[in-house]
Amino acid sequence: MAKAVIEALVARFPDDVYEPYEGVGGDDCAFVRKDGIARVCGFLKADPAMAFNLAPYITAVDYLGAEPRFEVVYNLYSTRHNHRVRLRVKVPESDLDVESVTPVWAGADWFERYCFDMYGIRFRAHPDLRRLLMYDEFVGHPLRKDYPLRGRQPLVPEREVKDIYRGPGPGGRD
Amino acid sequence: MAIDDKRPGGLETRDDDALHAPLAGKRMVINLGPSHPAMHGVTRAVTTLEGEKIIDMKLDIGFLHRGFEKSCENVTWGQVFPYTDRLNYVSSTMNNVGFALAVEKLCRIDAPDRAKYLRVVVSELHRICDHLTLVSAMGLELGAMTVFLYGVEARDHLYDRLAELCGARLTSNYVRVGGVARDAPEGWVEKTLQSLDRVVELRDLIDALLTRNRIFIDRTRGTGRVSREDAIDLGFTGPCLRGSGEPYDVRKAAPYLVYDRIDFDIPVGSNGDNFDRYLMRIEEMRQSDSILRQCFTQMEPGDIAIADFRYVLPPKPLVYGTIEGLMAHFKLVMEGIKVPAGEVYSYTEAANGELGFYLVSDGGGRPYKIGLRAPGWPMLAAVPRIMKGALLADLIPTFDSINMIGGEVEQ
Repeated sequence: MAKAVIEALVARFPDDVYEPYEGVGGDDCAFVRKDGIARVCGFLKADPAMAFNLAPYITAVDYLGAEPRFEVVYNLYSTRHNHRVRLRVKVPESDLDVESVTPVWAGADWFERYCFDMYGIRFRAHPDLRRLLMYDEFVGHPLRKDYPLRGRQPLVPEREVKDIYRGPGPGGRD
Repeated sequence: MAIDDKRPGGLETRDDDALHAPLAGKRMVINLGPSHPAMHGVTRAVTTLEGEKIIDMKLDIGFLHRGFEKSCENVTWGQVFPYTDRLNYVSSTMNNVGFALAVEKLCRIDAPDRAKYLRVVVSELHRICDHLTLVSAMGLELGAMTVFLYGVEARDHLYDRLAELCGARLTSNYVRVGGVARDAPEGWVEKTLQSLDRVVELRDLIDALLTRNRIFIDRTRGTGRVSREDAIDLGFTGPCLRGSGEPYDVRKAAPYLVYDRIDFDIPVGSNGDNFDRYLMRIEEMRQSDSILRQCFTQMEPGDIAIADFRYVLPPKPLVYGTIEGLMAHFKLVMEGIKVPAGEVYSYTEAANGELGFYLVSDGGGRPYKIGLRAPGWPMLAAVPRIMKGALLADLIPTFDSINMIGGEVEQ
């Protein structure tokens, strides 16, 4: 079943999808060009034969030394057809902007924030691209391979709170 | 639920009452957490309130972040297991199993039958523990202290059995690549069956105390509602997705270990509210109980790990008696398992949903990348969306029923 997914993708997006391969354990995988990911994902969700309505996991990898350096990995699933596909997008260090897939799957929100937090990959059109686990003043991106294992961060001055009862609240991050 | 934003301050007004003067409500910002008993440890929720209604809400997480992925990239594959224990600390063996299956998928090896059964047994024992914790904590936070005491008693019966098997109550570190650490001790199965009988009694007691409890129903039914479409779109998995009516369970959709040999049902809800998510847990405990009993009848004596010493530590007589055994032991401990280069995504059904590991290996003894797909992540991310327009009091049962575990979400 899922073989058909990859074939249909390659046939429909010959410029965007390349190097389809069978991953370990028979997973269906393919590379997608950076500019085409939102297009490809939109098609995967909307087309009834694909119906990838769930995006269980999106993450990034830092292949330090390789060119392009980063990779964003999309694991997609269809509850209707019970098939999965894995798309990989190579992201060069010189251009870290990737089209966000939050308009396609609302659940991609925090996964993309995590990738931004940990790897510094910026997602265009993401509604709220802030750090997820680290604090805003954190310098650098901890999961990059060139970030030291025991890296020390400078102390951060306490944030100013103007009115503790009716402070700026969720608009800013107080 | 919807808020009329045309009025100044977004206050709801009664149009039929001509004397009603719509006053702009003063908004108040309430900080829940990071240390608040109902925020399960360390989540901070900044809510903007108008009266009791949540107008806006933001979550601030990361207080429990300890660099799980970074730590794992700097230890050998075998040393990752203790780290995975601490992800979902209520059901640690399920994380062990999920990680072991991912590494085995990459190594293209398969554990022996008895090891598979033992993995299912500890997984289901821990699934019951996890659901018991959720149900009783939910009762506790809605004012039913008794339920919590019953729940903890039941959970402790199972923890005792797990301690006899793994050596620890909480951080079990039981599963290994290629098998499990040790076999069940003499008489363990009979003892576990007795414990299960007691757990069944306590579970039914909890069920009787909560499921038809007026206060409990009032607080949970219709609150924190997520429709089926929204649940899928938001990336829900596990009991929360099934509570919304989508029958997706990894154990059925892509059976792993021995789940295809076992007869069990997956409960599916219809409303997607807190009460349905609670009911999912109660019913899943029943199913887990039946899975366990089937496992005990199907299990047969045999090897608990493969005999390939590139992956599994050789038995001690071989280590101390032969040079090959000593070398294999030394290399496994010092250099780690040589996992073939490649990348893989492997997923299992943990207590809260899909637990996924995305592994990248460069062929060395240490992982190049371990990506963790924590089951609770999308559910927690969705809380501000679910809660918009709801009462502040509804936040507590919602937060309970999605079962956010800081250890796994904040890594």
